[in-house]
Amino acid sequence: MIGVRHVSKRFGPVVALDDVSLDVAPGTTHVLLGPSGSGKSTLLRVLLGLVVPDAGEAQVDGVRPGLSGRHALAGRVGYVVQEGGLYPHLTAEGNVRLPAQAAGWSRARTDARVRELAGLVGFDDAMLARYPAELSGGQRQRVGLMRALVLDPPVLVLDEPLGALDPIVRADLQSELRRLFAILGKTVVLVTHDVREAVVLGATITLLRAGRVVQQGTFAELARHPVEAFVTEFLKAQAPPAELREHL
Amino acid sequence: MLGLTLLAVLLAATPGLAADGAVRIGSKSFTESYLLAEIAAQALEAGGEGRVERRLGLGGTGITHRAVAHGSIDVYPEYTGTIALAILKDPAATSVEAIRARLRPRGLTVSGPLGFDNTYALAVREDVARRLGLARISDLARHPGLTGAFTSGFLERDDGWPGLRRHYGLQLAGVRAIEHALAYQALGSGAVDVIDVFSTDGHLTRPGLVVLEDDRGFFPAYSAVLLARLDFVERRPRAWAALERTLVGRVDGPTIRRLNALADLEGRSVRQVAAGFLGREVTDDDERARLRRELLTLTLEHLWLVAAAVAAAVVVGLPLGLLAARRARLGQVELMGVAVLQTIPALALLCFMIPFLGIGTTPALVALFLYALLPIVRATYTGLVTLDRRLLEFADVIGLTGWRRLARVELPLASVPILAGIKTAVVWTVGTATLAAFIGGGGYGSLIVRGLALDDVGTILAGAIPAAVMALVFHGLFEALDRLVIPRGLRLVMSSPV
Repeated sequence: MIGVRHVSKRFGPVVALDDVSLDVAPGTTHVLLGPSGSGKSTLLRVLLGLVVPDAGEAQVDGVRPGLSGRHALAGRVGYVVQEGGLYPHLTAEGNVRLPAQAAGWSRARTDARVRELAGLVGFDDAMLARYPAELSGGQRQRVGLMRALVLDPPVLVLDEPLGALDPIVRADLQSELRRLFAILGKTVVLVTHDVREAVVLGATITLLRAGRVVQQGTFAELARHPVEAFVTEFLKAQAPPAELREHL
Repeated sequence: MLGLTLLAVLLAATPGLAADGAVRIGSKSFTESYLLAEIAAQALEAGGEGRVERRLGLGGTGITHRAVAHGSIDVYPEYTGTIALAILKDPAATSVEAIRARLRPRGLTVSGPLGFDNTYALAVREDVARRLGLARISDLARHPGLTGAFTSGFLERDDGWPGLRRHYGLQLAGVRAIEHALAYQALGSGAVDVIDVFSTDGHLTRPGLVVLEDDRGFFPAYSAVLLARLDFVERRPRAWAALERTLVGRVDGPTIRRLNALADLEGRSVRQVAAGFLGREVTDDDERARLRRELLTLTLEHLWLVAAAVAAAVVVGLPLGLLAARRARLGQVELMGVAVLQTIPALALLCFMIPFLGIGTTPALVALFLYALLPIVRATYTGLVTLDRRLLEFADVIGLTGWRRLARVELPLASVPILAGIKTAVVWTVGTATLAAFIGGGGYGSLIVRGLALDDVGTILAGAIPAAVMALVFHGLFEALDRLVIPRGLRLVMSSPV
């Protein structure tokens, strides 16, 4: 479903991606992990067609992002923008409808789809008329998710979707996302720096550092067979302190 | 330029330069010029010579001369010295006959002398003159300890202080620049000893001042005449004859000084003084009623100037701002271009346009339009280039492109700064539009210019206060418009993504 082959990208003197390859099987969830500046966001933007690689090639659902024409990804990839990234001048419903309008959907078809999605992600219909500024962080995330799903794309791409949320809402939404991905059978790529998110979502992981792939595999594989010290270091840094584990 | 067509349409809709058959009389923006033009206008009206269009208070020789040469006005009062130096650029053309012969190829002519000279002169206080024995300019050479305060024109012109100093070998202890209206106060208080005056100045009718005799004949003759278009003289011989009959040889030095004093010092209106000269009377009540009617006309003129100029600037400025935001290099060139326009002094810009557009509302609109462009182009550009990148990328991903992207995403998101830019342009234009009066464009500036000329604070305020009120009203209207145009969701957060 998603294939990245030997992709490299420089921004001036900065190497953002260096010979990165990646495969995501249909219906599975893959998490791009790494510290800031590791290239995980650039890789995501390659998949979205927003960055064209200097070398190598990316394929998403049979098209080459950024090279197959501007409308090629619409309907194939749903995009959940960092921190929700909703348009502040549109209501929740206006945000969700926008991709359908861009794709030329009829009003009736869009209406039906919006109601369906609200039910699916557990978003109160009455809130659809509200503006983003009038919604809580968790509600905005649900709207962002609905907006990404409205065209029912086979691929979902999420950029730190839960980054700005408080821990309880975050935990809630993590399990919610896992449920949704399972029901819908989407192929998902998600950027985060939160190792637990990868674990909760049952995802395979690509760990990046300074534009290079350090290791790919499940959490268990990374934890048990780290290819270098950095892998263990990165995973440990996010583990809860021992005292916390004792008491919980 | 993009909006040229639109501008042409707009200009075509502007009230025409001159209704057929009306005699168009101009004047410069000082009391004497207003008075002579008003006398000419009233004489024609009383003599049954049809309608008269007054284009009074134009901003200087550069403008009046271009206006008459272009055909925007038919006739205005001028001085032989000014015609020789500023128009013909030939100091040798001093006699009326010589000037008339030289003007003929330019399609212009002059009347006979009206009967007085308005030349520069130097004035001192009477007690100082008596104490130091000053009667002639050459007497000043014996008192190098005296100080002078001269108007900026006099300080710079070769027929002013620099030439005078050489001619008489004068030396003063200190010379500085001063506004003409303040010079008399400065002289009266003893802050300075010598000032330059116009020999017809109404202030000279007051006691306590002595005008020094130009005993070595330095100042050229500034004999008052009417400067007219030849085609007007030929087409309207009766009107021209009426003007000559009324004014030529009829206004001597004491008469013009008295008329100037009535307007400048005794608070009579230009119309009242002119009517008095013609042996008629305009009462204060008539004058007040007329001022009220005039205020209404000026308000409409001012509104039209602001509304039309800003509307054109919005229609042209939005696409220009958009273009600048889309093409980085072109954008820089463009922004520099509109910024450079802004640095051209308003009067100079107006002056440049007279040969192409004449005087009146049209060049004023073009100038105001050009000045209103900068805030609108800049606001549109800035509003668009500072949009959150993530919000635009999402539009890329869902394939929202072209006009729909602009209409659904970019313009609404940038609506706050764009409206702020338009608001700035409107308030700004309400102020700048007062300058339109200098080229006969009408509006509240007409009162301000006239009030400045007559040193009449009441008249200045009659123009300045409504202009300020209009700026406030527009500001209020736009605050209300914000609520209509800026999406509610944006007003909740102002442009940051959520």
